[in-house]
Amino acid sequence: MTEDGSIFFQLLVERLNYFIYIVLLMIGLWAMIAKNNLIKKLIGMSIFQTAIILFYVSTAVKEDATIPIYLPEHDPHGTELNSESNQSGGMIHAPQVLEASLVSGYTNPLPHVLMLTAIVVGVATLGLALSVCLRIYRAYGTIEEDDLLLELEKEDGRKAGGFRKKRPRRMPSRGGKSKDKVRKGTDEKSKSGQVQTRRRKSGPSKPTSTKSNSNSDTQGGEKKPKSRRRKPSPRKPREDKS
Amino acid sequence: MSEPVIIEDIRPLVALLAPWAGLLGIIWAGEKRPNLREMFTFIAASVQAAVVVSLVPVVLSGAIIEFHIWQIFSYVPMLLRVDGPGLLFACVASILWIATTLYAVGYMRGLHEHAQTRFYAFFALSLSATMGVAFSANLLTIYFFYEMLSVSTFPLVTHMQDKEARTGGRTYLGYLLFTSLCLLLPALSWCYVWLDGGHLTMDFIEDVGKVGHFSETTQIVLLFLFTFGFAKAGLMPAHSWLPGAMVAPTPVSALLHAVAVVKVGVFCVYRVYADVFGSDVLANMGGEEWTMVVASATILISSLIALSQDNLKRRLAFSTIGQLGYVVLGAAIATDRGQGGAVLHIAMHACGKITLFFCAGAIFVATGKKYVSELRGLGRKMPLTMGAFMIGALSVIGLPPLGGFISKWYLALGALDRDAVWVVVVLLISSLLNVFYLLPVAVTAFFRTSETEKDPSFKEAPWPCVVPLILTALGCFFLFFWSDILLQLIGLQP
Amino acid sequence: MSDHIVWIVLFPLLGGVACSLFGNFSKKICYPLAVGSMIASVWSSVHTLFQVIESPLHQVSYIQGGWTLDLFPRGVGIEFRADLLGALITLVVTGVGLIVVLYSKVPVQRQTPGKEPLYYTLFLLQITGLAGITLTGDAFNLYVLIEVAALTGYGLIALGSNRAAAATFNYIILGTIGASLYLLGVGYLYLKTGTLNMVGILEVIEANNLHDSPAMQVAFVLVLLGVLIKMAFFPFHAWLPKAYCHAPTTTSCLLAPLVTKVMIYVMIRMILSVFGVEFSFESTWWAEVMPWLVVVAIICAAVMALAQREIKSMLTYLIVAEVGYMVGGVWIYNYYGLVGSIFHVISDACMTLCLFLGAGIILEKCRTTHFDGLRGLFAKMPLTMIGFFIGGFSIIGLPPTCGFFSKWYLITGGMVSERWEYMVTLMFSTMVMVILFFRLIERIHLAVDESGKNLGKGHGDLGLTDEQTRFDEAPLSMLIPLLIAASIVIIVGVYNQEVVNLIELFLEDHNLPTGVTYK
Repeated sequence: MTEDGSIFFQLLVERLNYFIYIVLLMIGLWAMIAKNNLIKKLIGMSIFQTAIILFYVSTAVKEDATIPIYLPEHDPHGTELNSESNQSGGMIHAPQVLEASLVSGYTNPLPHVLMLTAIVVGVATLGLALSVCLRIYRAYGTIEEDDLLLELEKEDGRKAGGFRKKRPRRMPSRGGKSKDKVRKGTDEKSKSGQVQTRRRKSGPSKPTSTKSNSNSDTQGGEKKPKSRRRKPSPRKPREDKS
Repeated sequence: MSEPVIIEDIRPLVALLAPWAGLLGIIWAGEKRPNLREMFTFIAASVQAAVVVSLVPVVLSGAIIEFHIWQIFSYVPMLLRVDGPGLLFACVASILWIATTLYAVGYMRGLHEHAQTRFYAFFALSLSATMGVAFSANLLTIYFFYEMLSVSTFPLVTHMQDKEARTGGRTYLGYLLFTSLCLLLPALSWCYVWLDGGHLTMDFIEDVGKVGHFSETTQIVLLFLFTFGFAKAGLMPAHSWLPGAMVAPTPVSALLHAVAVVKVGVFCVYRVYADVFGSDVLANMGGEEWTMVVASATILISSLIALSQDNLKRRLAFSTIGQLGYVVLGAAIATDRGQGGAVLHIAMHACGKITLFFCAGAIFVATGKKYVSELRGLGRKMPLTMGAFMIGALSVIGLPPLGGFISKWYLALGALDRDAVWVVVVLLISSLLNVFYLLPVAVTAFFRTSETEKDPSFKEAPWPCVVPLILTALGCFFLFFWSDILLQLIGLQP
Repeated sequence: MSDHIVWIVLFPLLGGVACSLFGNFSKKICYPLAVGSMIASVWSSVHTLFQVIESPLHQVSYIQGGWTLDLFPRGVGIEFRADLLGALITLVVTGVGLIVVLYSKVPVQRQTPGKEPLYYTLFLLQITGLAGITLTGDAFNLYVLIEVAALTGYGLIALGSNRAAAATFNYIILGTIGASLYLLGVGYLYLKTGTLNMVGILEVIEANNLHDSPAMQVAFVLVLLGVLIKMAFFPFHAWLPKAYCHAPTTTSCLLAPLVTKVMIYVMIRMILSVFGVEFSFESTWWAEVMPWLVVVAIICAAVMALAQREIKSMLTYLIVAEVGYMVGGVWIYNYYGLVGSIFHVISDACMTLCLFLGAGIILEKCRTTHFDGLRGLFAKMPLTMIGFFIGGFSIIGLPPTCGFFSKWYLITGGMVSERWEYMVTLMFSTMVMVILFFRLIERIHLAVDESGKNLGKGHGDLGLTDEQTRFDEAPLSMLIPLLIAASIVIIVGVYNQEVVNLIELFLEDHNLPTGVTYK
């Protein structure tokens, strides 16, 4: 690294693939950390994994090389090559080694193969994560992280308080939180419409939390029937906060 | 002296496991059949005592008994070995267990205590651990049984299950586990990893003095870690657990102070000084005299504190701390007679102190009194109890013809063997202090008068409480007259 | 059959498929199917262990699909390779899986009713993933299996309450970051060495002396970082407490003992068998820094455990502290430390299993694991309490449980390398664990509440109704696995020398410094 020009040259020309994948990686990482919306976090996670896939695939490239599928003349299973001399009889499952001069004409297939697997893993992770998001939405009514944390705190507070005294007690007025409740009043109503089975707390404005409260006691055992009975209620679209 | 013959015999293991068998019986009998349950304890205690006493002639004839239990590491076995000092300690512990059980029956039933099954069960476990310590052949084995004792006495100390028990239990376990895990364990692993290429057994016979290979500083640090790591020995400042543990019922205090816990502590310290370091290494070490100084300070300071205590059990607790200092002092003196005197003192003090504790408990059962100042005139009502107290006090003070005299005599002789006259002075001063805090109790009981004299309800405690204390008081006499057997055991007399 | 090593992974895999197929017809068949496949898997891993011990080089190898090792540096086939370390840990994984699946009958029915097919499928696939991680000899295959284990783990946790689902999301994000970083590191490794087989990578590194290459350093950092995130090493531990605490009982019993320990195995494998001892410890500066990070990790985890008021969350922070022990044991770079670390992997799996099984029973019977609700349990469930506290004493390090021996080796290792900070931290955390468990004993045993007020009427009365102190032990299907786990904790302690001999055989090839001289 002598002059500045040469660093940029190295970075943007010689090692362009590294530069790009690192940029994508950082974008994905930033999204996972900084975004508030859970779906956007997942998009960030997807970008993160895609950056790595891009990296691998980019390292397979060679100059003047074609895709790693046998040209007809090189195909060891085909009629154009004498395949008898390459095998001891029976099925071929081991890799057939081509001469070095031929190999250099194909890009490296191994990273592609590995990345097929990685893509599958990524898809499975994304599917699983989306279903968890859906579950969170049904339970807490939000997929914004800060609102979710508030809901969880309330649930925790209720649980901790509710354990010691078996009788229902009034929710102590938490100034900030009740204001939030008022602001999100419409959302609350749309989340409700459920039969409350075990009411630990009085307080009609907290149906969701009660549901999740009773859920946490039974570890989700009773949740399934209730959610099936529930009608999806129209809710006004929340403004995107992030 | 010729090489001792080594005999393989299962009797040490039987002595160790007899309480476990008793444990099964105790749990099976449970709260529903208390007499059966107590019988199981007695059977276990008798079997243990019988087995241990049967080993005495074998050891007196010059042999050593060993039994290999399991191989802890590839070069360190869990080995039981019966030699003189260990056997002496085991005899004391097992015989006194019988007495303590009888006493506990009277005490617990007299006060209608709760959870007696749990009490007897953990008592048995503690005695098993004590046997293990007495019969250990190497440092790791003794550490195992030491820890077992800490844990098994915890439910005994917190028996009352109230706020004081919680505080007492926390102090007790805090001191003991902190010292053993943070001071003792590093010292142990240091010895084991650096000596002999990491293949050392730290056997008490074969590996004496190997610690001398370390540098001076390391030796002194190790000595410090071992001395305070065995916090059951009650050297100041690691002594506060002992008064804190007085929240336990009196049989537990008797067990703690006389039979098991503190004796285990000082016995371990004695083993470290005599059989890990060895007299030669100790003598050559610069600055090892600080142990004698700390022990002497412990003796004097605790005796002074005992003078100021009005609660009888606390007074006895501080007295114990002082008496333990004698044993550590004797071990640190590093002469034959000094260390012999230390082991003897374990036995003599056990007998004397347990008498005193039994008396304190009997007084509590009979009258509910806990404070020395309340004891005026009690001697007329409870002559047996206070008479035994007097005998026990005289034994602890060290007057002939009671056992305590022999051990103090040998301690003094041992100190003179190495020209440490100041130790003899300390012994004399502390004996004087013992007089000042023990005798007034008996004197107050017998020779002072008060209104309690006219109270007809005060009489002797129930017989299961009184019989043991008479027996142990007589035991103090016996120990004096049979002292030559004890001296033969520990090798001070051929 | 001779290829037991593959059947270790195949039995749970096929069992999982069978569970999801047949479970649709009859829910009752899932439990026996799961137990059957776990028993078969344990049988195979015992066989494999004996095969490994008896084989001349102490390893058993199996190439998937019949490919060979002749071409390239050790070929392009996926190899399953069990050496002594792998075989031991696989036995632990499958053994723990068997005990948990036996235990799972009642909790699964109660907490996830109607979802048994799904649950047991995910359970068996999780075992497949974990056992595969410990057996595979291919770096990329390791990534795949890590993700298999992770995905099934996410599913298992999210099957619980809503709280668990919320915690799972966090876990997914962090877990994916970790696994992807590992994948990136493997990419760099492949770039420089041209092979993905672990032994092959080591051979190429040594043959071409790649120790100073910057790409190797980057690979090392990425791999290590990924694995540290997945093993919940502080400060990447944030996903663990909430996820394991709110998960269903069986899930936490399965995941808590296994997942982090298997990741530590991965770290040891990467350091010793892939990058090599010289590279990992001498060419990088990690060996100087890691013990200090470990010190911070252990202290923070121990202090956070003190702040918890519930058994399960306390135990999860203890897991984080134990991870610190093991990572420290590896990075102090000497023989005793590695022996201690590997032995601690085995013993920590056993004792964490014991503790979580006990906590699960307490949750089942008392509906809560909060400290306030535990009074009188010694009378109510004595056997459960004995099993639970054997695990607790093992964590404290009281002999003769296995925890004592692993602490012994780790302390010795710290002394030999003169890593006093690590040793002092071990002592400190041991004291914290003493406080944790004896505080728990106090809350159960004493008639005193947290602020020190006496409850009850004295003389041992705990202030409870007769109903609460009636003897009401756990159902046998939960109690017997707990007692088996507790006896394993003691047996591994008593026979620790056998296990350590095997570990020593494994470590012989690596020429680690022992440092035994007189001082």
